Amino acid sequence: MLSQILYALPFLAEGFALTLWVSLLVVVLSLIAGVLLGVGLVYGPAPVRWSVRIFSDTIRGIPILVLMFFVYYGLPAVGLHLQSFWAAVLALTLFKTAQVVEYVRGAVASIPKGQSEAAMAIGLTFRQRLTSVIFPQAFRRFLPPWINGVTDAVKGSALVSLLGITDLMQAINQVIGRTYEAMPLYILGALIYFAVNYALSYASRRLERRFAFIRD
Amino acid sequence: MATSSSNSPALLEIAEVSKSFGPVAVLRSVSLQVTKGEVVTIIGPSGSGKTTLLRCVNFLESYDSGSIRIDGKEVGYRDSGTRQRRSERDLAAMRAETGMVFQSFNLFPHLTAAGNIMLGLTKVRGKSNAEARSIAEHWLGRVGLAHKADSLPAELSGGQQQRVGIARAVAMEPKILLLDEITSALDPELVGEVLAVVKSLAEDGMTMVMVTHEMAFARDASSRIVFMADGGVSAVGPPKEVLAAETTNERLRTFLARFRASHF
Repeated sequence: MLSQILYALPFLAEGFALTLWVSLLVVVLSLIAGVLLGVGLVYGPAPVRWSVRIFSDTIRGIPILVLMFFVYYGLPAVGLHLQSFWAAVLALTLFKTAQVVEYVRGAVASIPKGQSEAAMAIGLTFRQRLTSVIFPQAFRRFLPPWINGVTDAVKGSALVSLLGITDLMQAINQVIGRTYEAMPLYILGALIYFAVNYALSYASRRLERRFAFIRD
Repeated sequence: MATSSSNSPALLEIAEVSKSFGPVAVLRSVSLQVTKGEVVTIIGPSGSGKTTLLRCVNFLESYDSGSIRIDGKEVGYRDSGTRQRRSERDLAAMRAETGMVFQSFNLFPHLTAAGNIMLGLTKVRGKSNAEARSIAEHWLGRVGLAHKADSLPAELSGGQQQRVGIARAVAMEPKILLLDEITSALDPELVGEVLAVVKSLAEDGMTMVMVTHEMAFARDASSRIVFMADGGVSAVGPPKEVLAAETTNERLRTFLARFRASHF
């Protein structure tokens, strides 16, 4: 049994690499898109605010699996053919972006109005107020939910196996198909996912402590 | 103490300013002129428009009609008379000409005491970090907090925070300092240290407009007192006149009587 698992390790490592790659892409892309849209939701003109609101509410109301199948199997109907890998990344990114939008909105809204006013009163422009006063404070509120979301993204990336992509989950399933050693391989898989997420949570606690400048 | 002199041109000129929040008129054609070096205190019952008026001076609030000029320059709107709002950049530059101290301090919690003062100096005044730091230290010394330069706001008492708030405002060398009930959120024993700082600034000739409930302080430190009621200026004059018990202004008399009953 052990020898079979050892034999499969390089294959599992490839799957694991793909899991990390998908997670990283989704986390980075959704962070960029989510922060931009989130700022638009808080400070944008009415049409921008409505558009982001509709986007976020819609996406968050759809199961992520439905979203993924829709992108992969549905979009070709309107002429958009994506490789399974990019279809999966797009669907997961859309889902995660909608969450990041809400984290950003919540974090920015939690900063008291007096902070903006004090920043205005010393003559800072809108952009300076955001970068020097609002964002540094909002960042601290944004971090804990966002890190939670990152661990969710790593776990949720296992769904890409359903589009036939060989990530860690799919690699495990294939090895089980060959060896019929379901129990040890799922335990191994669980341990790997757990190790990644535990490392992330640990890093986030360190980060949060570093940015804890307000006692509340 | 500087007293109002009617022949020198006004530094701050508020002319017939009106403002409504929906159906509620908060300012009704308010006019007021403040000369350089004057300390003008606005008193009045809550809801009389004092704070709103103050916030119009640095355009934290817009107003519906009338004009507010500092050194002859319209504050929130382009001079064309079309009541077109100034650009964001213009507004920021105008606001840098006034300093404001808030009731709730509003220090930036992620910056140290010195950092709070340095932010405007570096970003708005374009000073180097070293220069800004030395200005910050100078003003922190001035408000008696030289030893707290590297403390975060959360590590300071309310009175200390407010003194940093004052230092942050005056370090920008504003033409006018606006003080919005700056002692209202403080424990009584901390009020004195803040008012002492204000008094020393007044003695240095800083032009100030303040809203306060500290009548004794208003009487001692002001060149003029403005009494506001129902969104309008109801009485204005030297402290002795306005705060005189035998005033003929009915509203003012009621206000002062109520005030004396609850505060003395």
